Amino acid sequence: MVPISYYLILSGILFACGVTGFLIKRNIITIFMSIELMLNGVNLSFVAFAAEWKMLSGQIFVFFVMVVAAAETAVGLAIIIAVFRTRETLNVDQVNLLKL
Amino acid sequence: MTPNLHLWLIPALPLIGAAVNGLLGKRFSRQTVVAVALLFSGAAFAMALWIASQFSSLQAPVIETLAAWLHAGDFQADFAFYLDQLSLVMLLVVTGVGFLIHIYSVGYMWEEGGFYRFFAYLNLFMFFMLTLVLASNYLLMFVGWEGVGLASYLLVGFWFTKDSAASAGKKAFIVNRIGDFGFLIALFLMIQHFGSLNFVEVSQHVTPMGAEIGGAGLLTAIGLLLMVGAAGKSAQIPLYVWLPDAMEGPTPVSALIHAATMVTAGVYMVSRSHVIFERAPMALTVVAIIGTLTALFAATIGMCQTDIKKVLAYSTVSQLGYMFIACGVGAFSAGIFHLMTHAFFKGLLFLAAGSVIHAVGGEQDMRRMGGLRTKIPWTFWTMTAGTFAIAGFPPLAGFFSKDAILWQAYSSPYGNWVYWAIGVFTAFITSFYMFRQWFLTFFGEYRGEDANHSQQPRAGAPAPHGHGGVHESPAVMLAPLVILALLSVCGGWIGSERFDKFLSPVFHAEVTAGSTTGATAPAEPRNENSSETLFTGISVSAALLGFLLAWRLYHRRPELPQKIAGSLGGFYEAVLNKYWVDEIYATVFVKPLIDGSTKLLWHGVDRDVIDATLDNSAEGAREVSDAVRHMQSGNIRSYAGWVAAGAAAVIFYMVWTGSR
Repeated sequence: MVPISYYLILSGILFACGVTGFLIKRNIITIFMSIELMLNGVNLSFVAFAAEWKMLSGQIFVFFVMVVAAAETAVGLAIIIAVFRTRETLNVDQVNLLKL
Repeated sequence: MTPNLHLWLIPALPLIGAAVNGLLGKRFSRQTVVAVALLFSGAAFAMALWIASQFSSLQAPVIETLAAWLHAGDFQADFAFYLDQLSLVMLLVVTGVGFLIHIYSVGYMWEEGGFYRFFAYLNLFMFFMLTLVLASNYLLMFVGWEGVGLASYLLVGFWFTKDSAASAGKKAFIVNRIGDFGFLIALFLMIQHFGSLNFVEVSQHVTPMGAEIGGAGLLTAIGLLLMVGAAGKSAQIPLYVWLPDAMEGPTPVSALIHAATMVTAGVYMVSRSHVIFERAPMALTVVAIIGTLTALFAATIGMCQTDIKKVLAYSTVSQLGYMFIACGVGAFSAGIFHLMTHAFFKGLLFLAAGSVIHAVGGEQDMRRMGGLRTKIPWTFWTMTAGTFAIAGFPPLAGFFSKDAILWQAYSSPYGNWVYWAIGVFTAFITSFYMFRQWFLTFFGEYRGEDANHSQQPRAGAPAPHGHGGVHESPAVMLAPLVILALLSVCGGWIGSERFDKFLSPVFHAEVTAGSTTGATAPAEPRNENSSETLFTGISVSAALLGFLLAWRLYHRRPELPQKIAGSLGGFYEAVLNKYWVDEIYATVFVKPLIDGSTKLLWHGVDRDVIDATLDNSAEGAREVSDAVRHMQSGNIRSYAGWVAAGAAAVIFYMVWTGSR
């Protein structure tokens, strides 16, 4: 059996990739995908623990995360479309109306 | 069962007059204003006369409760009025003299601006003064007490565009506050120890208490504090400084408030509290000493004043000193007697002085008067009556009352020959300065400028009678003068003994065996007729001496006073400058107070601590925000960076604490 530490390391790598992508990318779509990556990194650690300790709650939690992520994707994509329509760009550095 | 006297109407009537004139008077013609003011003050006088006529059939004291005012636990103070012999005398003096002065003011103030305002204030004053004398408890009395102070402030500063008048009003008000402080503390002590401020209940509490001989206890404390209040209101040392300045007000005001009525409130209050004072010999001694010193001190200042009203002002202070001598030796009825006669002759003197000022077109300096005797005969003769009365020539009013005081000062159980000696000496000085004024004003040559050019500029409007020279006042001013002159002549014929007997239910009734002999009865064993005659002779000769000296110095040899003044040197300087009391007060109290408030409280505490705390915290918040607001860049990635950094910090913290 694969030891849990492998899963957790993979989960950490996935999450770090997500964070890095979120911070350095400028395209909103890419940032969005990075968020999904972070969520899935976390999901992986959930299922790893659930398998390790034979507890179902971790897997249920993953379903919830997936549902929320799907809803979030729907809303997020709608926002992205709205932003693109008004500003004709997907570069976040130009979407800074809230700047002081 | 006594009939309902509706005592409340007496103060209420002038209040209505004040309200009508004060609120609507601006639209009234002068005639209407006069009609309203005279109607209501006259009605109060008529009412007082009616009550006086009923008085013998009444069961004095009459207590009439109009409405409940304060009920707090056991403590109770009502809008209630108290009528006994003492308040009846005060009632008649206040309404009578007040009404006459109202009439006089019609003539005196006719050309002035703010005519309706003047009469509204005058009526307001009457309301408060009558509340003061009719109140049945100290608290209501205090309302009147403060109210007359307010009216006095308004009337002293009546010509408020004149800076000196405005500041004189403020001075009167502030100096009175010091006295009121003492009065108020005395009231608190009474509430604490007697649980009541009603005259009747306080008297019931105090009566069984023994006299505090050889020591000072509660009653002495209350008495001394009451005296502080009285000294403020009645212009005694050390709080007399406001009264001479108060002469900035119109002359009828000086006559009514600063001579006849308001300033005597202190004497009334002390007399009203006689049960307390009689049991506190130390307080009585203080009262007598203050009275004696004030009488002498103010009289000497009066000798050198050149302003006709200032002379009378210092004279008032001095005469009030006499009244306090009387109170201080326990001869309250003699004090009230002098209060009454003083109201007549000093009211008269002030009104006559106003008439003189009116005649010479606003001039108040006696050095620029003279020879007015033939030009204004009515004023001259009435003022003569007043002058002889205050100097104490028999058989005028002042003689009887002053003589009663001087005799009591010597013969009463609390008396002392020192009081008497200083009193007689003061009588001599009084006579001197009054006749100095008389000679300077009415005799010799007219020293004023051509009257055509000395037209009073104050009124602004030209005088309706377009006078050229010195002229007699209109009849509306002369009538009160004549009536007061008659009263000054005859007012003393009641005689101090009959007056004392009339007031005896007030002053002698409650004195019990537990106390000392209390107030003196004139009919007591010490009635040494021969020595009393001797004393009378001495005081009359003192008055005569003052007359002769003034005659010699200011009539026969007018050049002499200058020489004498020169030879006296420093003393003359001191008297001329009123002993520099105002300057001393300014240096000792006023300047440190102003400096303390400015440098310590304003600059030190308010600006550098309170304001600074607020300003600096605001400034600090602004600076911090200035630094922090740059985080709000609008750049999503920077926000995300902060979130990541924060999360990392939290995880690091948890790992670090968890590993320990």
